[in-house]
Amino acid sequence: MTFSPELESRIETLIASYPTGRQRSALIPMLMYCQDEVGHISEEVIQECARRLGLTRLQVDEVIGYYSMMHKKPLGRYHVQVCTNISCLLRGAEELMEHAKQKLGIGHKEVTEDGVFSLEEVECMGACSWAPAIQVGYDFYHDVTPERFDQIIGEVAKLNRKVQ
Amino acid sequence: VLYNEPSPLEVKVLTRRFELPNSASIDTFLANDGYKAFMKAVGMTPDDIINEVKASNLRGRGGAGFPTGMKWGFVPRNTGKPAYIVVNADESEPGTCKDRVLIENDPHQLIEGCLIAGLAVGSHRGYVYIRGEYRYLVEIMEKAIAEAYAKGWLGKNINGTGFDFDLVAHTGAGAYECGEESALLESLEGKRGVPRIRPPFPAVAGLYQCPTVLNNVETFCAVPSIILNGGQWFADLGTPRNGGTRLFCLSGHINKPGVYELPMGFNLLRMINEVGGGVWKGRQLKAVIPGGSSCPVLKADECDLAMDYDTLMKAKSMLGSGGVVVMDDQTDIVRAALRIMKFYQHESCGWCIPCREGTTWLKKTLGRLDEGIGVRNDIDLVYEVAKNMLGRTFCPLGDAAAMPTMAFVEKFREEFEAKLISVVPGSLEEESRLVQLNA
Repeated sequence: MTFSPELESRIETLIASYPTGRQRSALIPMLMYCQDEVGHISEEVIQECARRLGLTRLQVDEVIGYYSMMHKKPLGRYHVQVCTNISCLLRGAEELMEHAKQKLGIGHKEVTEDGVFSLEEVECMGACSWAPAIQVGYDFYHDVTPERFDQIIGEVAKLNRKVQ
Repeated sequence: VLYNEPSPLEVKVLTRRFELPNSASIDTFLANDGYKAFMKAVGMTPDDIINEVKASNLRGRGGAGFPTGMKWGFVPRNTGKPAYIVVNADESEPGTCKDRVLIENDPHQLIEGCLIAGLAVGSHRGYVYIRGEYRYLVEIMEKAIAEAYAKGWLGKNINGTGFDFDLVAHTGAGAYECGEESALLESLEGKRGVPRIRPPFPAVAGLYQCPTVLNNVETFCAVPSIILNGGQWFADLGTPRNGGTRLFCLSGHINKPGVYELPMGFNLLRMINEVGGGVWKGRQLKAVIPGGSSCPVLKADECDLAMDYDTLMKAKSMLGSGGVVVMDDQTDIVRAALRIMKFYQHESCGWCIPCREGTTWLKKTLGRLDEGIGVRNDIDLVYEVAKNMLGRTFCPLGDAAAMPTMAFVEKFREEFEAKLISVVPGSLEEESRLVQLNA
């Protein structure tokens, strides 16, 4: 399997970042960077990471099963994550999650039909003092009201049309 | 980038460069004491450095509050194995968002802390383990690391001192459990983040079974100021045995939520009312979680206390990770307890049974109570299950789930009772429901 030159160079740096004989340390970042490019962790990605690090397929797969940010099924191009943990809960996160479901027309861990958005209710993302918070991909949005949510989704959808 | 207005009551030590333009750049850092502490430490012996950290009364900012100097002192020397520095930037304790601002606004302060730790224990390589959700911080950290290499503050023969040190930013992939030190090391070795049995502790057998200094971001960030100004100076900022300042993350029902650097021992009520602008919407205070979701809740009348490790311990809670979650008089405590339990159930790694089964059972029972279909016995059941987890799990996650749950029941029992299904206690109806539910 071939990756983009940027990802290839990233992987090369990554593997060199750990002492000789400890290359397995590169596995988790490698899977995350591959997921960022491919969109999810496909069977090919699993095989390729295993091959490059001298691991078995199973050794890679059992790691994937542990981490909540690793996805073996494709997500939407923009993965919307709503935190509903304690600090966000206290400032209206449950209502925000309900609103997100209505707005996007999908539920927790679902993808819109056009594949643009996916939605997930997530655990604390570390934005407690600026709650409620969401992430779209890796981007943080703080103090999100339902109105602000619609605005963010509108901006992302516009960006998506531009990219297309 | 600052996400909230600073407070005039803050004592800025770790955050003192935050308001400078381009505070994350190496030029700003170098123009404002940057890497001076490292140069000073080069002229000290490893024991001098460790003694200075001991004298500062700096205690681990991740939550456990273990004295940092003592931890460094446990690292054996001349083992023939390399020693490692590992930064725990897996900040995931609900209510906590301070490591994020430390890396975002002053990444070089963290690098300098790692360098000094490296000098103290004879380590030449470090890793910054950053939670997966904080990907943008990996980029900020990588940029800072590249700048440091380019200007000779990382790599071979740092600034002509003869000391070599390499540092790598490493991303996690979403797992609260990896904030536990031994699970973090497993994850850093490319495995599932399952905790290790201890002893041996990471100081002796950590990363790749080699001697390892593993501390929280904020702990490392305090080190340059300690070396530069002396341990005693840092100690004097706080209360006895609780040195320095710490970053408190105020969240929840408060007018001015935010991350504020305050001296250890700052009064909690003052923190809420004067720093945080008081409870929002003109409401009254009901309760406060003083140090992240794993810390037992304090009732409003228990909040007139000094925020340091020892005072909180005496109050049967914990200072934890500095996440102060404020709840107003309209807060549904049962709902809060359930949400916190859902979190621990989701994050339990499943390795040991009391935690895996206990959190699941508690989530189910609390869910029933929250829905208004719980019976009287459920309240005691919640308490008993939590009590049975306490101290019986492989790592502190089980305790983290049990402790707040027990406190919620102990201190707000009437709220659990108010949500019970309306059946007459001791009636046949209640009896049959009990049989049904526990079948």
